[in-house]
Amino acid sequence: MSASAIFVLDLKGKVLICRNYKGDVNMAEIDHFLPLLMQQEEEGLLCPVLSHGNVHFMWIKHSNLYLVATTNKNSNASLVYSFLYKIVEVFTEYFKELEEESIQDNFVVVYELLDELMDFGFPQTTDSKILQEYITQEGTKLEVAKSKVPTTVTNAVSWRSEGIKYKKNEVFIDVIESINVLVNANGSVMSSDIVGSIKLKTMLSGMPELRLGLNDRVLFALTGRDKGKTVVMEDVKFHQCVRLSRFDSDRTISFIPPDGESELMSYRINTHVKPLIWIESVIEKFSHSRVEIMVKAKGQFKKQSVANNVEVRVPVPSDADSPKFKTSTGTAKYVPEKNMVVWTIKSFPGGKEFLMRAHFGLPSVENNELEGKPPITVKFEIPYFTVSGIQVRYMKIIEKSGYQALPWVRYITQSGDYQLRTNV
Amino acid sequence: MTDSKYFTTTKKGEIFELKAELNSDKKEKKKEAVKKVIASMTVGKDVSALFPDVVNCMQTDNLELKKLVYLYLMNYAKSQPDMAIMAVNTFVKDCEDLNPLIRALAVRTMGCIRVDKITEYLCEPLRKCLKDEDPYVRKTAAVCVAKLHDINAQLVEDQGFLDTLKDLISDSNPMVVANAVAALSEIAESHPNSNLLDLNPQTINKLLTALNECTEWGQIFILDCLANYSPRDDRESQSICERVTPRLSHANSAVVLSAVKVLMKFMEMLPKDLDYYGTLLKKLAPPLVTLLSAEPELQYVALRNINLIVQRRPEILKHEMKVFFVKYNDPIYVKLEKLDIMIRLASQANIAQVLAELKEYATEVDVDFVRKAVRAIGRCAIKVEQSAERCVSTLLDLIQTKVNYVVQEAIVVIKDIFRKYPNKYESVIATLCEHLESLDEPEARAAMIWIVGEYAERIDNADELLESFLEGFHDESTQVQLQLLTAIVKLFLKKPTETQELVQQVLSLATQDSDNPDLRDRGYIYWRLLSTDPVAAKEVVLAEKPLISEETDLIEPTLLEELICHIGTLASVYHKPPSAFVEGSRGVQHKRLTSSAGSGESVESPDTGSAAVSEAPPTVIPSQGDLLGDLLNLDLTPPTSTGPPPTTAPGMQLGAMDLLGGGLDSLLGGDIGGSPAMGTGFGAPPAAMPASFNAPISGGLDDLFDLGGGGGLTMGTYIPPKSVWLPAMKAKGLEISGTFVRRSGVIQMEMTLNNKAMSVMSDFAIQFNRNSFGLAPAGPLQILTPISPNQSIEAALPLSTVGPVMKMEPLNNLQVAVKNNIDVFYFSCQYPISMLFLEDGKMERQVFLATWKDIPNENESQFQIKDCHLNSDAASNKLQGSNIFTIAKRTVEGQDMLYQSMKLTNGIWVLAELRVQAGNPNYTISLKCRAPEVSQCVFQNYETVLKN
Repeated sequence: MSASAIFVLDLKGKVLICRNYKGDVNMAEIDHFLPLLMQQEEEGLLCPVLSHGNVHFMWIKHSNLYLVATTNKNSNASLVYSFLYKIVEVFTEYFKELEEESIQDNFVVVYELLDELMDFGFPQTTDSKILQEYITQEGTKLEVAKSKVPTTVTNAVSWRSEGIKYKKNEVFIDVIESINVLVNANGSVMSSDIVGSIKLKTMLSGMPELRLGLNDRVLFALTGRDKGKTVVMEDVKFHQCVRLSRFDSDRTISFIPPDGESELMSYRINTHVKPLIWIESVIEKFSHSRVEIMVKAKGQFKKQSVANNVEVRVPVPSDADSPKFKTSTGTAKYVPEKNMVVWTIKSFPGGKEFLMRAHFGLPSVENNELEGKPPITVKFEIPYFTVSGIQVRYMKIIEKSGYQALPWVRYITQSGDYQLRTNV
Repeated sequence: MTDSKYFTTTKKGEIFELKAELNSDKKEKKKEAVKKVIASMTVGKDVSALFPDVVNCMQTDNLELKKLVYLYLMNYAKSQPDMAIMAVNTFVKDCEDLNPLIRALAVRTMGCIRVDKITEYLCEPLRKCLKDEDPYVRKTAAVCVAKLHDINAQLVEDQGFLDTLKDLISDSNPMVVANAVAALSEIAESHPNSNLLDLNPQTINKLLTALNECTEWGQIFILDCLANYSPRDDRESQSICERVTPRLSHANSAVVLSAVKVLMKFMEMLPKDLDYYGTLLKKLAPPLVTLLSAEPELQYVALRNINLIVQRRPEILKHEMKVFFVKYNDPIYVKLEKLDIMIRLASQANIAQVLAELKEYATEVDVDFVRKAVRAIGRCAIKVEQSAERCVSTLLDLIQTKVNYVVQEAIVVIKDIFRKYPNKYESVIATLCEHLESLDEPEARAAMIWIVGEYAERIDNADELLESFLEGFHDESTQVQLQLLTAIVKLFLKKPTETQELVQQVLSLATQDSDNPDLRDRGYIYWRLLSTDPVAAKEVVLAEKPLISEETDLIEPTLLEELICHIGTLASVYHKPPSAFVEGSRGVQHKRLTSSAGSGESVESPDTGSAAVSEAPPTVIPSQGDLLGDLLNLDLTPPTSTGPPPTTAPGMQLGAMDLLGGGLDSLLGGDIGGSPAMGTGFGAPPAAMPASFNAPISGGLDDLFDLGGGGGLTMGTYIPPKSVWLPAMKAKGLEISGTFVRRSGVIQMEMTLNNKAMSVMSDFAIQFNRNSFGLAPAGPLQILTPISPNQSIEAALPLSTVGPVMKMEPLNNLQVAVKNNIDVFYFSCQYPISMLFLEDGKMERQVFLATWKDIPNENESQFQIKDCHLNSDAASNKLQGSNIFTIAKRTVEGQDMLYQSMKLTNGIWVLAELRVQAGNPNYTISLKCRAPEVSQCVFQNYETVLKN
């Protein structure tokens, strides 16, 4: 069905740790993995699936590791990749950083986790909070706790344990919207969308039932209320705690939340948004002598709002030298290892316009290598504001002990994949 | 404190030291020692020698230690099977431990010890664990059944574990249900005929309930299992779809894709005019788009699947072009897939945007991506007619960049554009010729040569250009050689006077100096053609080519259907059926979509109906090979179809005479010493070919001509025996029996008229009622002499198909009136529908593919032909006699799939897929036709032809 075995390799292809789940693929096959990968890379045809004979390798790369699943069946590939990323998530929660050293430093726990995460190729319990209840890093401390299976493992509510207690019951709700924009060199917006995410930090006792109310247009239409601004969400994805069939039938978002931090839902909105930070650039390249760059940034959002930590990243040729900058505000810095100028503006009020000029020298002997045309990218964060106008109308919290709990809401808009193509 | 210290002890005598530590009395020390052993194992050292010592540590109440020992066991038990027995007791004991974690651990590990001797000891503990009170143990035990089955299937069956596993589907705990489903699916996969997953509405209902409650992975197991179910009717389909759609909102991409698989499959069952069908289509687009924000590997899987979905149901994503625009930082595999989908979605509405994007991509630096972008521009030109001009000018702009690989790609696609829009863009040829020198890739060279040959009359120095290629003929790839040969022959036929030498040169290069059989044979074919009948040669070589049109790289419809059933899996990523890359999947049933309209009679919904009418069946850009193949195919058609007799082309005649008189004779003469017989052609096989080729070649040519000549047109035609149509009792003593025959394209009604009355019969005449295909007598019934009593007479009546039409029931029913001097009699008879199959009913492969896809699924009907003992080749031959032509044959898993076509006299095409499994006398046939009414008749005809 999915993986026959899972391997963690270092960048040289050496197996750091592995687990054979099904025994139907020779474990030595992994030796073919890295040579195949190198070969593909050389041919410029890199692909997430490699095959050698009848063995297929599905792999991802994380920091200095390759995580590889092998199979000789028609596996569910999407399940395998989801699972590999889940392993990364679980290991990261356990070891803070997932890298070569952390695997070696924790090989006993890694084995234990691999045993619990998957059985005979079927992913099992992969919720790191629940796993941490019975697989812990400090072997000694655990003897008592480990003698019982947390009922959560097999509960219908497999993401929250019973008996959680807080003195003060609170939920923090972060509504974060990322703006993805692709602008053509001639200044026309090719595509733009909003990817929103609602994150929770739950500090609630017991098994609370939560209901989240948004100004969702479909919901408003269903309930016949048409006051105020509403938002059309193109596609909504939920954490497994949300009752999907309930949402499907009456758009109610009801759930028992996982404890602590989690992403409750994400949504996508297709409406055309005006790029919040508009960039106009003139990049002139005089072969063998110099590059002159002029970038104008304009805040196209409300005057009351302020964009923080704005970074405009402008590509420059790899052989450029002797940078000179002039900015009307903020600071510009040349980052040669990434072939770009980063112009940073700590605080960028709406409606304002700023300018940056840069000058680079070019060597008289031209670089023969063809260079791509990387786009200008922009990073920013605008607090207290969502582009879509989405609002949390209420968060109802009901627990059988009847405590009062407070929801806190915070809105942030930030840049997502924000690219403006250039002519050079 | 980290575990890395365990890796550092690499001194001599390590094993010995470890042995001592393992046998230490101190618990802590023991545990440390086991950790060291595991660490050594992890770095690949062989520590199997410690087996007994490690197993001795197994009996411990320290869970961590126990887990490590188990891990060791899993790794080394296979190499030490005898000693592994030592562990059995502990397993059995652990399976009864008070702690469910230990019970589960034991049952989980047991299954991983793939030692035959041990397995039988494990049955009892497993049985207990399957009934354990703790769901954690039960869900682990469920998986263990699959493990055990993998080791010893017979044992599992004998022990009745499969039934217990089936019972677990009704377990109260959703995790247990999910694992049971996963285990059963896994077992079923290796035993396709076991009918293990006996899915019925009750179990489906249980699964759907568990779907709401189990983990994300469990949801995937259940969805994948549901996808194998065939609902009884459209209502059940709909209700399952309704309960599956909420999964589209799951955060896990794999859950979403598995849900998409179920929906795409069950959607086939839904009538298209149903409101819900439209709703479902709308619901599918947003989650598919959202998959593109997942991690790149998941995006890749999603894109490969979207590629399939777009081919199967283009309407779902037709408005979502923008999301497939390529981002600078997309990995190359994502970029290439996006590009492919962009082309599939390109339409008049969005073409401007698409072209702007493609042009942008074409100036990137990644060579493969740029190439594909340039090719995409060409495909757009062919797909969206309105954009052709802009595409061509964009391509010319790109050629001006002089980037070598861009120019080459551009030339390859421009060749296709020429074929799609003849006489429109040839003005650019001059520009193309400027870049002749820079072409170094075979495909580009071949394309350019094709262009020069095809448009030789417009290119003044065509001969020089081609000659320049000829110099290094033997260094060229076959593709280029073949193209060069054809191009020069074309040039010669167009400008015979100036290019004789050139054609002689290329013919001799191809036939004498090359050892490539394709090239040689084509050389000989041209040679013979030119030497025997230059006019015919012109007709053949310069024949008008069919236009090519939009759909490119379409996946064969049956394969596409199969792949849709495998959405999310490796098969969908590779775009190959699982049998193509999974060993031992022989005999596994190919999954297919089941469509709603099994009857084939259902009325099409208005929208699809009109679409089918307005869209001409798309033909397909032939790949290079097919393009060349076209020429050869032409050779095989009967001579009658090659056009007007030579006299109508006096201008050509001159050139031809010249050719016969001078050029080729001398060419051949060089070899054979001026034999005068050479020029004369077909009848005499060449007396003196270059010695080494002599026998095989001439034989080959003879065969070729046999095919082309009148030989065997009626070969193998099945003629039903005569049956009594009009009994004497009903017709005052006149008995008519008869049958239908198709000979050389003429339909005849052959009758025996038997006079059983006492008086002479005369003045016969015949008339038909209006019928389905407009059959009518082509002339009067020719019975010249009266029939005396007890005399019988044979009469053959040629039929035409231009009579008045009226639909009959059954379709092939014919009502006939026969008059004689006594009275008028009426009878009806049924003609085999193969009478109406035309001799030119062989469809082009590519056209077939496109047409098959184009015909809506409701028009497909499936039939079984029982007790037929022919193999597929024999069947194919037999059917060919009735003008049912086999276009392609594919063998999958010992099952032969024949793709066949036939064309009815009224121009209706019937497409068939005949599946023949060796050793199985039951054939399955699927028929697709725009007029599905004929399917029943066609099927009956297959049956009669195959069984006689």
